[in-house]
Amino acid sequence: MAKRAAPEVNAGSMADIAFLLLIFFLVTTTIETDSGITRKLPPIDDEQEDPPILKERNIFVVLVNANGDLFVEDEIMEFKNLREATIDFLDNGGGLGEEACDYCQGPRLTSSSDNPVKAVVSLQNDRKTQYGRYIAVQNELVAAYNVLRDREANRLYNIDFTEMENAYNDPEFQGDKDKLKERIGIIKKLFPQKLSEAEPKR
Amino acid sequence: MSKFKKKGEGGTPAISTASLPDIVFMLLFFFMVVTVMRDNSLKVQNILPFADQVEKLDKKNLIMYIYAGKPSPRYQETFGTEARIQLNDKYASINDVQQFIKEERQSKREELRDKLTTALKVDKETNMGLVSDIKQELRKAEALKINYTTKQGEAGLNLE
Repeated sequence: MAKRAAPEVNAGSMADIAFLLLIFFLVTTTIETDSGITRKLPPIDDEQEDPPILKERNIFVVLVNANGDLFVEDEIMEFKNLREATIDFLDNGGGLGEEACDYCQGPRLTSSSDNPVKAVVSLQNDRKTQYGRYIAVQNELVAAYNVLRDREANRLYNIDFTEMENAYNDPEFQGDKDKLKERIGIIKKLFPQKLSEAEPKR
Repeated sequence: MSKFKKKGEGGTPAISTASLPDIVFMLLFFFMVVTVMRDNSLKVQNILPFADQVEKLDKKNLIMYIYAGKPSPRYQETFGTEARIQLNDKYASINDVQQFIKEERQSKREELRDKLTTALKVDKETNMGLVSDIKQELRKAEALKINYTTKQGEAGLNLE
């Protein structure tokens, strides 16, 4: 029997088909950006409780006004100095006796915060403040906390705090998750993120 | 001596396009893997601000998206340039936010409901007044976990 050669399929239009599919996917899909600064809003309390009394020195007021100017403790400040100023405030550790902070490395001024556990950063804004600026400032404040937490995590466990959190959130993480969670908890206790976002007054 | 006639005086040989489909398929697969289907079309301008202290949000089905910003250029004639909120596919007013959260909660399984996160995708030129109003509504609706969605980058870029 004579062998009949199978006719060759013409693949010349394959590229066209592939291009068509490619363009379809380019048009209908997006590269999602699903990362951002996570925050927790305070719940609304029906019963008006008396707010806990805070010492003036334990509150760090950061205000972004309608023009985008940055005021820290009523004084104007350059944006690039904000992170440093926040770190200095949180890490001051000026408390005595029960309020003393044995891991702080700050200058222990009496005009700044007692203890990172007590220190509150209050972020205020006007109704006309631009969102972009607000996020930039908030980013710097979170960065200040992260710098301090990294420092403590490095001192205690020889690993960055952010690295620990990433490992904890990674579903494919192999190590001991409970231990990691405990360590993250300890670091968070040393530098709790007390960042209050006030409602705009104007 | 037609047998030895020279064909086409020294022309460059044709480039083989046999591997073109392979290249295009490679591109196609790349895009199929790294992108996701658009689920709602944006009606507002949405240039997100930059931040570098970000946390990644996984579990896409547990995120509620709220968009805000100026209407996109093609809608500006009818809706003006005042910043607006977009829920799902349409413009919404601030009073619709609570209802939207309720509906989203209803559509999820019960054990997942308290794990929902609200992602605020807000244009960087929006006024904070609108954002504060949204936050206030979210507090009323008890959707307390929020995420300001940002692009990865130096925060100083927002100031320009």
